[in-house]
Amino acid sequence: MSVWDNIDFEILRELTIDASQSAGALGRQVGLSQPATWRRIKFLKKAGVLVGRRIDLDAEALGFGVTVFLGIKLATKGRVSLEDFERAVTAIPEVQTVQHVLGLYDYRLRVVARDISDFERILRRRIMALPGVGDVEANVLLSEERLAGPI
Amino acid sequence: MLDVLDRRILRCLQSDLDAPMSDVAERCQSQVATVARRLARLKKNKVLRGQYAVIDWAALGYEVEVSLRFTLDKTNPKAFDDFLSAARKVRQVIAIQTFLGRVDVRLSVVARDMSDYRQLYRNEILNLPHISELEALMHVATLKISEELPL
Repeated sequence: MSVWDNIDFEILRELTIDASQSAGALGRQVGLSQPATWRRIKFLKKAGVLVGRRIDLDAEALGFGVTVFLGIKLATKGRVSLEDFERAVTAIPEVQTVQHVLGLYDYRLRVVARDISDFERILRRRIMALPGVGDVEANVLLSEERLAGPI
Repeated sequence: MLDVLDRRILRCLQSDLDAPMSDVAERCQSQVATVARRLARLKKNKVLRGQYAVIDWAALGYEVEVSLRFTLDKTNPKAFDDFLSAARKVRQVIAIQTFLGRVDVRLSVVARDMSDYRQLYRNEILNLPHISELEALMHVATLKISEELPL
């Protein structure tokens, strides 16, 4: 049912670990020539599977010691404009991720801060000031691992 | 340890990883050789740990993404270890995070569709050890996912 085969998955797995590899080096890993590998990468990009690359920074060494996930419920009283909330929340630089979810909360945010008191400042001045914000739940991130997933 | 130029370089790379070195140097008001030297040092100090590709799971055919939030039975001292090692074996888990707060562990899982998700939930997730509470947030939309640090 899928247009992708195991070699594509292998390429994806390799690239999620190290995206700086050249097509040649990657090809040697998966047993393909450099041009064949390059074509597959190009196709994965064109199909929107490979959406980009990100640098992996040591947040703590850069002074960001705290990552907090917030579950936010919008206030049900009065008219709440989702657009206003979304526009305001995505503009906060400390907010790294905003996801609209279905369940106990309406939005899930990932927030970075220098320390707990910096987080308190962001929470009070930025998050609580957002239009329509209701219940907020905070969980401090202790550890995180990315996995290859079903590929 | 890190100065203004280091932060500028990292900020440039965060926003555009494909920019040629000469552009980065220009935007940071520096020279290509200096930028290259700084980058080598940032890599050596492990502040810049590497780069990884970002996959769009929906484009790969995994239309459903769910955040599963677990509270574990902490009366068992091995609850975390047992749970995490069992969770790592579930193929459709793409990320594992541990927290300080009301939630102990969060798993990001992907599934092809709702019936695939139901199978995953019944056969694998509910069989994970030491679960005391479990809540699901279904992703509707991702509005921002930069994972950029506000350097």
